[in-house]
Amino acid sequence: MKVRLLDVAHARSGDKGDTANVGLIALKSAWYPTLAKYVTRDRVAAHFEGVITGGVERYELPNLIALNFLLHGALDGGGTLSLKTDAQGKVFSTALLRLVVDIPDEEAVALGLPPATDIS
Amino acid sequence: MTGKTGPTGKKIVRVAGAQGFWGDWLEAPRRQAEGGPVDYLMLDYLAEVTMSILQKQKERDPSAGYARDFVGAMESVLDGVANRGIKVIANAGGVNPEACASAVLAMAKAKGAAGKLRVGVVTGDNLLPRIDDLLAAGHEMKNMETGEPLAIIRDRVIAANAYIGSVPIVEALTRGANVVITGRSTDTALTMAPLRYEFGWGESEWDKLAAGIIAGHIIECGAQCSGGNCLYDWRSIENLADVGYPIVEAQADGTFVVTKHPNTGGRVSVQTVTEQLVYEMGDPHAYITPDVVADFTSIHLEGDGTNRVRVFGIAGKPATDKLKVSIAYRAGYKAVGSLVYAWPDALEKAQLADRVLRERLDRLGLHFEHVLSEFVGASATHGLLAGAEAGKHAPEVQYRIGVRDADKKKVERFSREIVPLVLNGPPSVTGFAGGRPKTEEIVAYWPALIDKTVVETKVAVIE
Repeated sequence: MKVRLLDVAHARSGDKGDTANVGLIALKSAWYPTLAKYVTRDRVAAHFEGVITGGVERYELPNLIALNFLLHGALDGGGTLSLKTDAQGKVFSTALLRLVVDIPDEEAVALGLPPATDIS
Repeated sequence: MTGKTGPTGKKIVRVAGAQGFWGDWLEAPRRQAEGGPVDYLMLDYLAEVTMSILQKQKERDPSAGYARDFVGAMESVLDGVANRGIKVIANAGGVNPEACASAVLAMAKAKGAAGKLRVGVVTGDNLLPRIDDLLAAGHEMKNMETGEPLAIIRDRVIAANAYIGSVPIVEALTRGANVVITGRSTDTALTMAPLRYEFGWGESEWDKLAAGIIAGHIIECGAQCSGGNCLYDWRSIENLADVGYPIVEAQADGTFVVTKHPNTGGRVSVQTVTEQLVYEMGDPHAYITPDVVADFTSIHLEGDGTNRVRVFGIAGKPATDKLKVSIAYRAGYKAVGSLVYAWPDALEKAQLADRVLRERLDRLGLHFEHVLSEFVGASATHGLLAGAEAGKHAPEVQYRIGVRDADKKKVERFSREIVPLVLNGPPSVTGFAGGRPKTEEIVAYWPALIDKTVVETKVAVIE
């Protein structure tokens, strides 16, 4: 089943120099282990290919049912050097929530995950 | 000592976040002081490049160089501080904490509260006058992100401040200050220090110190933990017009509740607090501060009634022997301009404008260190992720172009090339009322580390 992160998680993002961080938080505790399994570093790096110039780091915070991603080279130099509208990475949060992941049907149905609609 | 006894008979200390950055809501301090019981108001004014802006102001006027908003904030809470025992901790001092303290005392005197304030002034974070001596003594202050040596930008440095921790703030409180003004104190120390003072936490009580730091992280961005900028179920967050700023109710064991005053808008929930906890997070296992290394993977949250979240289980590790240094340097010039193109085919018109402008810049022989074009309404925030169809049917698209270069003249010349497009470029264009974009000098940020032993803070208490 295809699942869009927007339907199963919320997020907040910020900056540190030229790196944006996105904290991805499961909407339900029961969904966190599945998110942690399928929202991998490589999957997120592929999602942001062409949008960021550097690599991706990933950390798990099961205590907060959250994953933290560091997106390097995301902010056109960052801080005051950046010419971007989003120089502080404030809306990388919802950019990550666009990601659609494939989750085995059985697992997705058992957890009651909402299927992604309107996939272009 | 202040602090009240809670329903369980244990002492509770309430720290209220009243300002999350320089420019935050002017109403917030007064509302925090008057909306219910608080012991401390915590006001955070300093972002990464704020110190350099203040340094420039001080160069022009030796009595400037601090967050002037703070004097107005103090005036708005003067009754609470002078007459009801509320104390204030703020890093409003910037590069001139003494002048900030003088301005606050003068305001208090003018408002009939002479003798009611004891202002603790924390200095010693400013390394600018010592920078060459430090380099000569082998402190390289390499850029933490790029590894480059400071020497390559030394002649362009305009501010250098060590991030300092809770110790001098605790000292000021111990010496009877009811207002503490610091320079480049860490945001989190402004909350942790009063808790450390009230509960007598020792320098190696790592878990408690870490709890104080995390309490500080939660409230350092003001309402961003109490319903502001909250994505989770955002439509249901009530009365943001009257949003309540956050309050930490802490106990001696390091556990605390995040809440807000009654009859305010916004929301404090596990979700709103979690969003703030992950904001600007790096490696969650090691949130490094001057006092302690906090472990965000140890934090536990649980609902504790309406608009109350209990935070517990926090673990800390020993502090490192370094302090972070915030160095600001001149890094050239930039200008950003924009025009708005209307339906039909707004995006296509904006894209043609971009090609035309770039061709003209090219013919003028203007090549910049960096040029960035964005199409707001199509791809400015999410880029390729917005999809190939994004903006194609938009009722309007803003064309936004910026350049950056060491040569100020080139940037100024660029800024004259945008507005002519209104008459000599693609059609259905508006939104040029601002005229030519301003050429701004860029002051960039250079994060570095330095040995803790190098930095000696000083505390003065003045009345």
